Order: sequence, then structure tokens, then C-alpha cells
Amino acid sequence: MKRLLWITGALAALALLQWGCSAILLDGPIRQGPYYYQIMILAGINIVLAVSLNLTNGITGQFSIGHAGFFAVGAYVAASVSYYGGPGIRAATAFLPAVGQDTVVLLLALAAAGLAAALAGLLVGIPSLRLRGDYLAIVTLGFGEIIRVVILNVDAVGGARGFVGIPKLSNFFWVYLLVTACVVTVWNVVRSSYGRAFIAIRENEIAAQAMGIDVTRHKVMAFVIGAVFAGMAGCLFGHYTMYLHTNSFTFVKSFEIIIMVAIGGLGSIEGAVLGAIFLTVLPEAFRGFEGYRMIIYSLALILIMIFRPQGMLGQASLFGKKSKGKRK
Amino acid sequence: MLELKNVSTRYGAISALTDVSFSVAKGEIATLIGSNGAGKSTTLRSIMGLAQPHAGEVLFEGKKINRMPTHRIAALGIALVPEGRAVFANLTVLENLELGGYLQKDSKQLKKDLEHVYVLFPRLKERLLQMAGTLSGGEQQMLAIGRALMAHPRLLLLDEPSLGLAPLVVQAIFDAIAVINKEGTTVLLVEQNANLALRRSQNAYVLETGRITMRGTSTELARDPRVKEAYLGE
Repeated sequence: MKRLLWITGALAALALLQWGCSAILLDGPIRQGPYYYQIMILAGINIVLAVSLNLTNGITGQFSIGHAGFFAVGAYVAASVSYYGGPGIRAATAFLPAVGQDTVVLLLALAAAGLAAALAGLLVGIPSLRLRGDYLAIVTLGFGEIIRVVILNVDAVGGARGFVGIPKLSNFFWVYLLVTACVVTVWNVVRSSYGRAFIAIRENEIAAQAMGIDVTRHKVMAFVIGAVFAGMAGCLFGHYTMYLHTNSFTFVKSFEIIIMVAIGGLGSIEGAVLGAIFLTVLPEAFRGFEGYRMIIYSLALILIMIFRPQGMLGQASLFGKKSKGKRK
Repeated sequence: MLELKNVSTRYGAISALTDVSFSVAKGEIATLIGSNGAGKSTTLRSIMGLAQPHAGEVLFEGKKINRMPTHRIAALGIALVPEGRAVFANLTVLENLELGGYLQKDSKQLKKDLEHVYVLFPRLKERLLQMAGTLSGGEQQMLAIGRALMAHPRLLLLDEPSLGLAPLVVQAIFDAIAVINKEGTTVLLVEQNANLALRRSQNAYVLETGRITMRGTSTELARDPRVKEAYLGE
């Protein structure tokens, strides 16, 4: 009952924010309104990507650099669902008002995106998570690129021209609903017995195994949960920009997500959220520097890593509130 | 309780164990002594499934356990205290112990097991909320053993528990091992400190470059001139 109240409250708050933001930023008097609105959307999508990657890289300690691959799988599968299946779904739900039809299409696209990304996660995870460190990194990097090149060659999703004509179904409300769902899920997983196993694996794989933890199974599980959220983020991304091109899903995107997690503090959920917001806003804040923008941005990253190598938040509140006396 | 039959293990092309056979009887403390690189740790790894023997058999209570994954071997009742302690440095002492009881789903039993560890190692109780990485070497060893006990093992494998510890701390650790053994846990102890290991065990095996070269009761081996010369420094 209490939980239901919380969920209703959160939904109402999000809807109110959505209404407020679009009233002020999109239709209101602020000249650059849509610009700020878009930054908020992209920040939300990056939060989901960073928090979900943090589950594998930060909490389970498995260094994956293929997160953009899952993001791409979700984006393209979801876009295909609404582009090819959209008219049919709308016809079947014609008794609903237009908003209701949109919601059904988007929810189906989201589900398909999550499912496809989960399958991709299983497919990559089962063979590769037996590898360690550098090897896993290389395999996941390769996977991300394979996905991208395959998509580039599928004409039904636009190939090199890009996927045009995706309906605009996602907005602030949906993006931040996913952000909430992602943060709450990862938060609860970390505090469950699965989370304990994830952390044990990160800390010492041999000791974890010797305690009866099925290491491969837990690694794959962390990987798949992360992939599902990345896929869903892809769905909302495509349905916001209305256009997808494989250039948005190169390994550069994967690295960007890793940097968000590292800057925020590897293993810290709050850190990943902060890192994602920071790295979305920072390049925008430097727009005034024009041509020097990316140099200053890179410099800022280097300085953070020199002066705070553990990230902005370190591993703050990983397991409740006692991170004092943590050993370097 | 535990029996190794002609076990051979190699890492890549390098042979680490050749034709190793020995057994550990229920209720005893058995020890495996030998110098650096003799294959002592590999023996424990082969029992635990962390290294895969390419020939031979490992039997636990009559059941063949080689080729089983490590976590299933652990579930059968074998616990390993790895070399160098391997505590979860960034987790608290309490979290380390709770993870040791990972397979224990009954929370009441878990509490009892914790109490049992506190009785054995009162030092750990004083440091429950401290990060394991900030403990002294001796305390970390106590934690590693306590963590292994949380799983209620019938067989406890100890890999060099005296490594890098002060003599007084080593005594305390070995006293605790004796208590654990008296309470019914069979112990297989791997040690470089042969003197200590032979005094604290009933049966012993000497491992040299991957082969068992001597075996007998610990008192016999302690008197053997070859052991004296090579391992006891007399």
C-alpha cells in the first residue's frame, strides 16, 4: 500500500515536472528553451547509461567497454517496433485517445528494446565473462563495433543513411521515469544478496568462488541487467531525436559512458548520476570557448583524474553509510 | 574424508603436480609441507576446483569432485582460506563474515555462526565495522579463517596461515585452528613453517617439485633426518 502511494506520488511529480518544463522551456518565454530541454533529456539518458554500466564495471568489477552496443540494439529494435508496427498497434487500440495509443506503442517498443538488449547481453556475456580484465574489455569492445557495423548494413533500418521517420514518443516524463526505475532497481540489487555476491566478485574472485558464489552466473546477471537498461535508454533516445545513425553508437560513446562512471566514482550509484549530468552539461557550458571547447573539456577530465582519481564521490555509500576509513 | 588419487595438474605446459596421492581422515589435522614452488598451493587449488587436474581423481566423502565448479565444491562442505588471506578489503569485517555465510539462508543460524566466530576471535568483534583492509595481518588472517567457518565446513583447507605474521600471532592462530579441529572440523594445512606444522598435526606429507616424497605421522617425520636437514634447519 505504502509502495503504491510512493509510485503514484513519483508518477504525479514526474508528470508535473514534464508539464512545467515543457510549459516554461518549450512554449514559454525563454529564448533558448528547447536547448535546455534537450540537455535535460540527454542528461537523463546518460544517467541511465552510466548507472547501468556501473553495475558491471563499478560494482561487479568487470571492465566492459561495449555499452554503446546495447544502447544501439535497444534504439534500433524499439524504433523498428514503432516504425513498422506502430500503425498496426494504433489500429488495434483505436478505441483509446491518441495519447493512449502513443503510450501503448512506446511501452511495447520499450519492452522490445529491453528484451533484445537482454538477449544481446546473454549472447556476449556467457562466453566472454569467463575472461578477465583486458581480455573482457577487448571482447566487449569488439562486440560493440560488430553491432554497429551490422546495423550499418541493414537497409530496413536505414543503413548508412540513418533511420528516419521515428515518431516522437518520448519526453521528459518517460526519460525520468526510466531514470527513476533504473536507479531504484540498481540500488535494490546492490543491497540484495545478489549485490553482495557482485561486490565479493569485484573484491576477490577466488575468495568469492570459495564461498559458494557462482561467479559466472552472477557476472552474466549483472551484465544482462545493465544491458536491459541501456537498451531501454536507446529506445527513449531514438524516440526523442526521431532519427538514428550508427555514428551515435561508436566505441567513443562507450568510452564516454565509462568516463561518466569513473569521474563520478566507480561503484557509487550517486557518483554515476552526478558523472552523467556533469559530462552532459560540461561540454555545453564550454560552448563559449568555441574551437577550444573540446580541449578545455579534455583538460577538465585530466585535472579531475589527477586530483581526485577515485572520482567525485569515490565509493560513497556503496553499502549503507559507512565508507569511512576506506583503504586506498 | 578426502582422497587424492594420482592427481596431476599443470599450468599451460608447466607441470605443477605429478601423480599426487594422499588422504585426509575425518577429524584429523593433516599437513602438507614443502618449500616454495613445491606445489602445495596447487594441491589446494586442485581440490577446490580452482585448478583443473588433467589426470587423477579427487574424492570427498567418496564422491568425485574434480571437474565440479568451485562454488559447488564449496557447497559440499569444503572451505578454503586462500594464501595471503584474500579478505574483501573494501568491505567491513561484518560484511566479510556475512559473505562467508553466503550459502546460509537461515538468518537465525547466521547470527549463531557469527557469535561462534566472535568467541573464537574476540578481536574481530571489536572491529566489526572497520574495513577489512585496515586490519593488521594477524587480524586479517583471523577474519579469513572466521569467514571460512561461517560456511560450516566439514573440511577446512588452510593455505599458509602463518605467512608474514609475528610468532605470537602465529601461536594464537594455531591455537584457534586446534579449537576448530576439536569442534569437529577436519583440517588440511599447507605450511612452509614445517616445524610448527609438524608439531600441530597428526599426519604429514612432504611435497617436492610436484611429487609426494615422504609421508607418515607428524612425529615420525619430525624425527626423520632428511626432513630435519631440509625443512627443520637442524
